[in-house]
Formats: sequence, C-alpha cells, structure tokens
Amino acid sequence: METTPAIEVRGLDHWFGSGEARKQALFGIDLAVEAGTLTALVGASGSGKTTLLTLIGCLRTVEAGNIRLLGTELAGAPDPVRTACRRRLGFIFQAHNLHESLTAMQNVRMGLEVHGAAAMARWEEASAHLLTLLGLADRLDYLPGKLSGGQKQRVAVARALIGNPDVVLADEPTAALDRETGLAVVDLLKRLGRTRGTTTLIVTHDPRILDRADRIVTMQDGRLVDG
Amino acid sequence: MRDAVARVLGRLLGRLPVGWLQLTHNRGRLAAALAGVAFANILVFMQLGFLGALVGSIRVPYDNMNADILMVSSDMNTLADSSPVPRQRMFAALADPDVADATPLFVGKMDWKQPDGTIRSLDVFGIDPSAGAFRTPGLAASAPLLRLGDTALIDRRTRNVPPALFAAVDDGRPLEIETKGRTVSVVATISFGGGFSADGYLVVSDQTFLRLFPQRSAGAPSLVLVRTVAGADVDATVRRLRTVVPASDTAVRSLSDAIGRDRVFQTTQRPIGLIFGFGIVIGILVGIIIVYQVLSTDVADHLREYATFKAIGHHQRLFLGIVFEEALVLAVLGFVPGLAASLGLYAIVAAATGLPVAMTVDRVVLVLVGTIAMCMVSGAIATRRLAQADPADLF
Repeated sequence: METTPAIEVRGLDHWFGSGEARKQALFGIDLAVEAGTLTALVGASGSGKTTLLTLIGCLRTVEAGNIRLLGTELAGAPDPVRTACRRRLGFIFQAHNLHESLTAMQNVRMGLEVHGAAAMARWEEASAHLLTLLGLADRLDYLPGKLSGGQKQRVAVARALIGNPDVVLADEPTAALDRETGLAVVDLLKRLGRTRGTTTLIVTHDPRILDRADRIVTMQDGRLVDG
Repeated sequence: MRDAVARVLGRLLGRLPVGWLQLTHNRGRLAAALAGVAFANILVFMQLGFLGALVGSIRVPYDNMNADILMVSSDMNTLADSSPVPRQRMFAALADPDVADATPLFVGKMDWKQPDGTIRSLDVFGIDPSAGAFRTPGLAASAPLLRLGDTALIDRRTRNVPPALFAAVDDGRPLEIETKGRTVSVVATISFGGGFSADGYLVVSDQTFLRLFPQRSAGAPSLVLVRTVAGADVDATVRRLRTVVPASDTAVRSLSDAIGRDRVFQTTQRPIGLIFGFGIVIGILVGIIIVYQVLSTDVADHLREYATFKAIGHHQRLFLGIVFEEALVLAVLGFVPGLAASLGLYAIVAAATGLPVAMTVDRVVLVLVGTIAMCMVSGAIATRRLAQADPADLF
C-alpha cells in the first residue's frame, strides 16, 4: 500500500543574500521521507544540509519549489500556519540551546507548553519519565550550568520529544554524547518511529546513527547526490 | 523563596514564569536593577514631597485665616505678591446682609538678625488685635498683648532658631528683635508652620505693622478677610460682592478659590514649582532608561533561548509576556526599597527644614502605578530587540 510521505520536497531551490552577493545554496532538491523512518543527511560542510533542514522545519521561507510537511504545503504558507507546523516538530540542535535560568524539568516543560493546558496537566510526570529514560533521573532540578555537555544534550532531546512530535529534525544530536548514551538516543528515536510513526531526519556524521538509519541521503554543493 | 514565588506566578500567568526565573538567576544584575528602580522612585518621591510641601506651605496662612471670603487686589498672585486693596472695599462688604464681619490684613516681609548674626526671613502679618483675623490656636488669647506698641507674636516653628529662645518667651521673658531700625518685643509664641517663602511668621498689630513698614498706608491693607453669617451661601455672597466693588482694583474670592489660584500660580508659574515638576520628569526618565537598559540587556542575553522557543512553536506573545513580567517584577520589587528610603528621607527633610514633607496614601499609590507604567514603557521599548531572535540561526 502506498503511503503519503511525512516530508515531500519537490524542485527546491534556495538562495542567500541579495544583488551581486546573492548565492544559490540549494539546487532542485527532490526528496521524500516516509513516515516512521530515520533518515540520515550527510555531506561536507557547506553542502546545504542545514539549509534544507531549516526549510523543512519552517524556520526559513520557501523561495522556489515546494515542501509538503505532514500534508501541509509550506511554499507561500503564512506565519500562523508555519508556527502551527512547528508545533508538530521536535528540534534537536547541535548546541543544546537550553535556557540557563530553567532547570532540566523546566526546560523540558517549555517543549510541552506550546501544546496548551490539556498537555500540561501531567507535565511533571511526563518530563520526569522522559528525563529518567535518558539517564537524568538524579538531575531533574539541576540548572544547565550544573550539567555536563552530554547531560545538557539529553535534556535538549527530552525537550524535543516531550510533545510527541510527528517529525524530529536534528543536527548532530549525538556529537556531545558518549557511545552508550548516543546509542540510547538513536534507539529511542527508532522506537518512536516504530511505535508512534515518528519520522526522524538527522544531519550527522556519527557512524552509530548511520549504522541504524533506515536511509542515508548525501548532499554535495547544494544538490542531492545519493539516497 | 525563589521557587515559592515562581509557583505563585506560574499559577497567575498560567505558564512557567520565565521572566522571574531569568531575573532571579542573575542576582547581581537583579540587585543593580532594583537599586535603579528604587533610585528613580526616591527621585520622584522626593520631588513630589517637596511639591506637596510647597502646596502645604502655601495653604498654611490661608488655613489660619478666620475667613470665608477674601477681597484681594485684582493683580494678586500670592499673599506676598499683591498690590494693596482700598480699605473702603471692606465697608462695602460689611453692607452685605450675609457678611458677619470683615477685617483688614497687612502682609509684609522682614529680616530678623539673630544674636549670632544669622538672618531669618519672616512673613509679617498686621492684624486688628480685636478682630479675630486668625483662628490659630493660642492666638486669640495672646492677641490682646499686641495692643501694646511694637509687640509681636512669633511662629515657634520658625526654622533655625534655638528652641531656648522660644522657651524663654513662653516663660514670660520677651524676645527683643532688631529690625528695620526698630526693636520689636516678642511677647508670645504661636504655631503656624514653616514655608518656602520665609523661615517663619510674625504677627503684629496693624499699628505696629505700619511703624515697621512706613511706606504702607492704613487705608490700603494687603487684603480684607470677610466672614459670612452662619448658613450663608458663600458663593452667592462672593457673586454679590463682585457687583459692589470695582473689578479693576479688587477681586473677590472664596477662601478655597484663593488657595487654588495661589497654588496653581506657585506650582506652574514660579521657578520653584517648575523645578519640582521638572524633577519628577527627570526621575521618571531615569527610571525608564535604567529599566530599559536592564530589560534590553536581558533580552539580548537570551536571544538564543527565545529563538529556540520560537522554533519550538511558541508565539511572540510569550516573549512579550516574559519582558512585561520582568518589568512588573522590577517595578514592584524596586518600589518597596524606594518607598522605605523615601519615608526615611521625608523624616530627615521635615526635621531639618520644618517643611510639611509627609507621605500620603494617594502619593504611594500614584508612584506605584507610575512605576509600573514606567517599567512597562521600558519593557515595550525593549521588546523591539525580540525581532532579532531568528530561529533559523540556531542550526
């Protein structure tokens, strides 16, 4: 049975700058990512991976071509539509971007507050469960300043997953993690794919992820060259 | 404490009180911000205190007058800044059926050289000792003493005078005052209250006044105090009196109207009132700038976190809410030490100057509301930096 891809990119071009400094970053990208899969996006620095990720994540405006994300066309979509789309996504940044004034639990909570009062009813239980799953049971009330780099990254992963996102977009999510924790995160994302149909698109060079990815897509000079 | 407040704010806001948590995370910056807000509060409180004292001191002589209506020169700005009124205006007033009594009042100013060489400035009132021009406690009992020439009653709240001098007067030892080449014998003390225009008040008979101020004439007092009969309509009497005296030289005003005009003139036309008003504006501007600097820096320091929240799907209103939450916290927490310090300074200033500098509930509420508004304005300006939080920069 043919299913609708969670992410569908058609003829996507993108430029940065203006006038004579205008430079094309993406050239005619065509990509379809099936729901529930884990796709690794690889390529040299400057190949366009991150640009593609930010366009799919509704963080940049589609200039030419089309992106259909979870059934919603992003080309020409107004801000409220793109904001609504972002609420169905989970972002994991290479730099964890935790709020320094909030505890681990509170940082995770911020990932849930966008889903309204109903989602907040059991936020403490849900946050504690997820952080415990990521090995941070004894760090729930720690501020980021008291956490190691790997612990911070795990809090960021929990923040991305607490809202049960349909799509997870991640940029080198395991770079700061030791082997065991990195594998635990990848396995968690795979399990979410199997049980909830969560789609994961990861920019990575980590062989631990590449070994477990359902698909590896390679970019070079703004073009998809493999996968 | 921090967590307890966070829980309360969280319930009130229906979200995590990120603003409170941000502010309290950096204690040093919070302390500096609160000191800034408190400083602005103190500036505004002190200027309002001085302005209030000015208004209060303007009222002092009027509140002591035993009158419902004043007949003053048509060019009068203040009690001391006025041309004389023809005495016959008093007789015109006495012909009105609702006027019970009318008496002339002479107003002058003189310097009193104290034994130690320092000079005190005194506002001098010349009254008919038998007419009851003032309702000042103790004055009625002492007024007959003024029938003797060159005697006077002095305000015991006159600034910078050794209390022993007044104690001696109260013990029956008159105080000799050298002024204008004459010696006036102070035979009793009364309590008026200090003002901005002089250090204190001196009450003499009209005859003594005319000896102290020989250029003045018995036929031209400074003003006429008019008392109406019980139950009379003061405003109607004022309107009637205006028809019997020429407006070209004499204005007829109810006591409250005269106080209001004097207050408006001194607070809006004279430099001292303008200076205090300007001081209030400066205090507000200082507060706005300090709070803006704090909030603006705070926004700049958290742009990456805000961008992350934007990426997650939080609305712009969350960030506006955070900034205004911080503004409100700074306003309320900064107000408390500002008020406490101002109360202390009021007490010091009142004791040092004898001016009626006192805190009022109205002023406390006004400054609290003003502080919140000031911080909100700063917050509104600081939110412009939120536009720089671009989630696309996070990857």
